[in-house]
Amino acid sequence: MRRSLLFIPGNNPAVLNNSDVFLADGVIFDLEDAVSVDEKDAARLLVAKYLAGIKKGKTELLVRINACDSTYLESDLAAIVMPSLDTIVVPKASVKELKKLDKLLQVLETIRGIKKPIGLLPIIESPQALLEVVPISKQNRVVGLLFGAEDYTASMEINRTKNGFEILYPRNVIAVACKAAFIDAIDTPFTDTLDVDALKVDAQLAKSLGFVGKACIHPSQVEVMNEVFSPTLQEVFQARRIIQAFEEAKTAKLGVFSLDGKMIDEPVVKRARTLLSKAKQAGVWREES
Amino acid sequence: MKNSLGRVVPDTFTPFTTSDAFTSIPRKQIQEKSKNQPIKVFHSMEDLIDELQIKDGATLSFHHHLRSGDDVINRVCTSLHKRQIRNLTLAPSSIFPTYTGIELLIKAGFVKDIHTNYLSGGVSDLIHQGLLQGLLIMNTHGGRARLIESGDVSIDVAFLSTPAVDKQHNGCGTLGKNACGTLGYAQSDLRYAKQVVLVTDSLVDKIEQIDFDHHYVDYVLLLDSIGEAEGIVSGTTKLTKDPVGIKIAKDTTKLINALGLIKNGFSMQTGAGGISLAVAEFVKHEMIKQGVKGSFASGGIGKQYVQMLELGLFERLYDVQCFDLDAVSSYKQNRHHLAMSASQYGNPFEADPIVNQLDVVVLGATEIDLSFHTNVTTDSFGKVIGGSGGHSDTAYGAKVSIITTQLIKSRLPIIKKQVTTITTPGETVDVLVTERGIAINPLRKDLIELLQDSTLPITSIESLYELQHTYTGIPATLEQSSEVVGVVMYRDGSIVDTIRKKIS
Repeated sequence: MRRSLLFIPGNNPAVLNNSDVFLADGVIFDLEDAVSVDEKDAARLLVAKYLAGIKKGKTELLVRINACDSTYLESDLAAIVMPSLDTIVVPKASVKELKKLDKLLQVLETIRGIKKPIGLLPIIESPQALLEVVPISKQNRVVGLLFGAEDYTASMEINRTKNGFEILYPRNVIAVACKAAFIDAIDTPFTDTLDVDALKVDAQLAKSLGFVGKACIHPSQVEVMNEVFSPTLQEVFQARRIIQAFEEAKTAKLGVFSLDGKMIDEPVVKRARTLLSKAKQAGVWREES
Repeated sequence: MKNSLGRVVPDTFTPFTTSDAFTSIPRKQIQEKSKNQPIKVFHSMEDLIDELQIKDGATLSFHHHLRSGDDVINRVCTSLHKRQIRNLTLAPSSIFPTYTGIELLIKAGFVKDIHTNYLSGGVSDLIHQGLLQGLLIMNTHGGRARLIESGDVSIDVAFLSTPAVDKQHNGCGTLGKNACGTLGYAQSDLRYAKQVVLVTDSLVDKIEQIDFDHHYVDYVLLLDSIGEAEGIVSGTTKLTKDPVGIKIAKDTTKLINALGLIKNGFSMQTGAGGISLAVAEFVKHEMIKQGVKGSFASGGIGKQYVQMLELGLFERLYDVQCFDLDAVSSYKQNRHHLAMSASQYGNPFEADPIVNQLDVVVLGATEIDLSFHTNVTTDSFGKVIGGSGGHSDTAYGAKVSIITTQLIKSRLPIIKKQVTTITTPGETVDVLVTERGIAINPLRKDLIELLQDSTLPITSIESLYELQHTYTGIPATLEQSSEVVGVVMYRDGSIVDTIRKKIS
């Protein structure tokens, strides 16, 4: 699950040490924008030490490396590629750079005996990336796409607003591309860390478009994200009714049946099963409850 | 001699046995003072001290309602120092780093014992070095009231900073340039000290809301200034902004809710600490959401609780000291904002002290151990950096006492096998909430049962103890000096622990 991916600056030991206490589904240790040039080495070293020492739990561990065309790429990879790393967040992603990364990772994984391939989470943050979002979504290792609205709107020379009207198109495109590639669509962070109500509205909009989670830039955003992107109890209740009705219809040898006057067929049942599985993962529902 | 907690107690004291041992002891009260002499007014500290004829061996008391802004204690101490008065016992309700006059007396070797409820700063450094002639006795707020009313500490002169005094020589905390609100800690001093001096910098015609009744007053000393009003607001009374602290506060609120405590008529108190205060903020939101009206909040009162009173979330506030100027103003204007004395607050021998009526109290900790014994008195070197205040009183009285703390502070693990110094016995501490889990005292089987289906991160204190060490490693054990410089006195007068001299 990637309901909440929390950005943590890679150069702050105290924050790094507490990164797992906020119950985000994933933690992104940032070596890129959150770290100034004179702190790059320190951040890389700190994140590497943290990853080497951590007792792996349920939290997905991600690192946002510096851009692939920067001079930091090889040092970043050399430091952080290790068994505890789950996913690399790739800024300013393009097909060409993802292919290059895949090759570099293959070599490092072989040398270091890493059995589980490290995933890639490209950030779609330019009009160019948006135009090649489908091939990007199909690259090796890509587990999802993260929308980066700040850089995207800057490139588009348009203003960001709280209602997000200006980013509706890229959100739609990214969500569709991810669904088609069976990967996760992760929404852009909400930058006003004090406005929890607006954050909730923004997250609900993203969910309604097909996003499964959202990046967080402050720990206080995590709880809201986990709540919004988890199935509601009402949804769980309805899904259970659908499955129960389906089982009864199967016993009665009915192909198609109706519930509350609405036709229920295989895709509806499949969706209900997926929802229950997510509800279980999110701790919203237990089999016996 | 060892007490029931396994701690060594000097032979001249009564060792702690259990937290409710006092219930089998009769209340001991000396006569409240009665006086026939007219009140004398002075305009000079030196003239007053001449009049009082303070002698070697005297016991003098002060209150700390002006907190870091108080200047009365310094002026008294400076005068005593000049006069070379020795073998003094000082009993200020708290000692802040700005109370440098006490340092002057200790360095000169003029101070025998100090009784106080909270201590930080230079005085603590000197005591840690062994410069006190006698002992430091750390009391609780309720325990200090008991100590004075019982005559176990007999106060010769109480110097009471008083923001305003009227023509009848009544005193109050709500008027004057140094208005500090309620004066709850000084009520025992007022009633039982042999001589009472109101020290003020504001004379007014008439006080309607009397905190110090003139019937108990012997002298009034009018000075140009008794302190700085800015010092009344304490740094420990600000809400935390730290995300980890916020997480702990949120989990604590969820816990209080899961225990079914947030309901009409409920009562609460939070200590003065960033996390505790954030809990109050989250509980406020929960009360609004659930449409709950509580009966009261108590303790030191700050603007958060004032706001809750004004929002109708509590029927009344019981205020022993005002933490900020919002509280001062509220106490002055809102008749549901009530003053309480330290005795009404937490004296174990009161018939029904406020602490016993509390549903929940949220407190902090410097250290906590596997038996839930909590230390808010010393750091891990054994130097005094705080004190019980109302910690032990409320932990005993409240139906549920919750300790909130980060599991790791400044790279140090907070759960110890045994705390350096016991302030509050573990038998009165019910729950520990940290950022990495919640531990319930096994003695509270009822709470464990209530929470068995909860989704809260409940674990054992032993698991948290092990977990913290995966981050910090196990700290080396510090050697302790055999020389005792102080004791931690429980609210009933028994001794829970000793404080030792710094290892040189």
